[in-house]
Amino acid sequence: MKARVFVTLKNGVLDPQGKAIGHALNGLGFGSVGEVRQGKVIDLELNETDAGKAKAELKAMCDKLLANTVIEKYEIELKG
Amino acid sequence: MKSAVIVFPAANCDRDAKVALEQMTGQAPAMVWHQDSELPDVDLVVLPGGFSYGDYLRCGAMASQSRVMQAVKAHADKGGMVLGICNGFQVLTESGLLPGALMRNAGLKFVCKPVTLSVEETQNAFARHYEKGQEITVPVAHGEGNYYADEETLNRLEGEGRVVFRYKGNPNGSARDIAGILNDKRNVLGMMPHPERVVDPVTGGTDGRALFHSLIETLS
Repeated sequence: MKARVFVTLKNGVLDPQGKAIGHALNGLGFGSVGEVRQGKVIDLELNETDAGKAKAELKAMCDKLLANTVIEKYEIELKG
Repeated sequence: MKSAVIVFPAANCDRDAKVALEQMTGQAPAMVWHQDSELPDVDLVVLPGGFSYGDYLRCGAMASQSRVMQAVKAHADKGGMVLGICNGFQVLTESGLLPGALMRNAGLKFVCKPVTLSVEETQNAFARHYEKGQEITVPVAHGEGNYYADEETLNRLEGEGRVVFRYKGNPNGSARDIAGILNDKRNVLGMMPHPERVVDPVTGGTDGRALFHSLIETLS
């Protein structure tokens, strides 16, 4: 089973990189760009066929290592 | 005072810490490899600055999961002293030994320069040889030293006298100008500036000496 984990900064946590990207896009003429937030995508291959177990395991991985839940939130996507 | 310095791959200030400890205590610290599961019998463990594991994932994230950190946590739980400098501070927040997190500098630039700190609290093992309110000059060298914690945690840190050092002229956007904090038991200090780089006039100053004097006096 494959999974994709999205890790992003929590709302309210300042994201200076996202801000810089937003400024750069505005500078390139993309005037419609408002706030930009940057995050990470982590793709994993799991030796697991049960979706429930995989999700529980991925959640533990996120809490333990993949995300720092003081500043970050995460979303898990299973890909069959 | 017996000390140990943890050696993580890609930590580049472990030898600075060793030289400073040797010079200040007259005894060479034990250099402990990150894969070791036990610490020698020491009073102080130093987590040095650098870029452990290449800062992969997040600064300090991989190091916080290394085998030796279980032993460091056990040492701290028993009341043993732990000093985390720069990347060592990041390892301490990632491992949950200190609250909050260290984020990308607000200005997005790596900042490498001497900064002025104000010593906010001296009733602890790390700062008793400073005067309260004393201004000291200590270098910083980091890209991710922007301390973040929620308002409640920041209020608690301040209320409990756990903010030991604050920046005068914040170099990184750190919440409430925080440069160094203690844990609730006051035996673990994390700080972004490098006191081990200012124990000898040859390297630009001696304002870090009082930190080591404080530890030596407490632990002797």
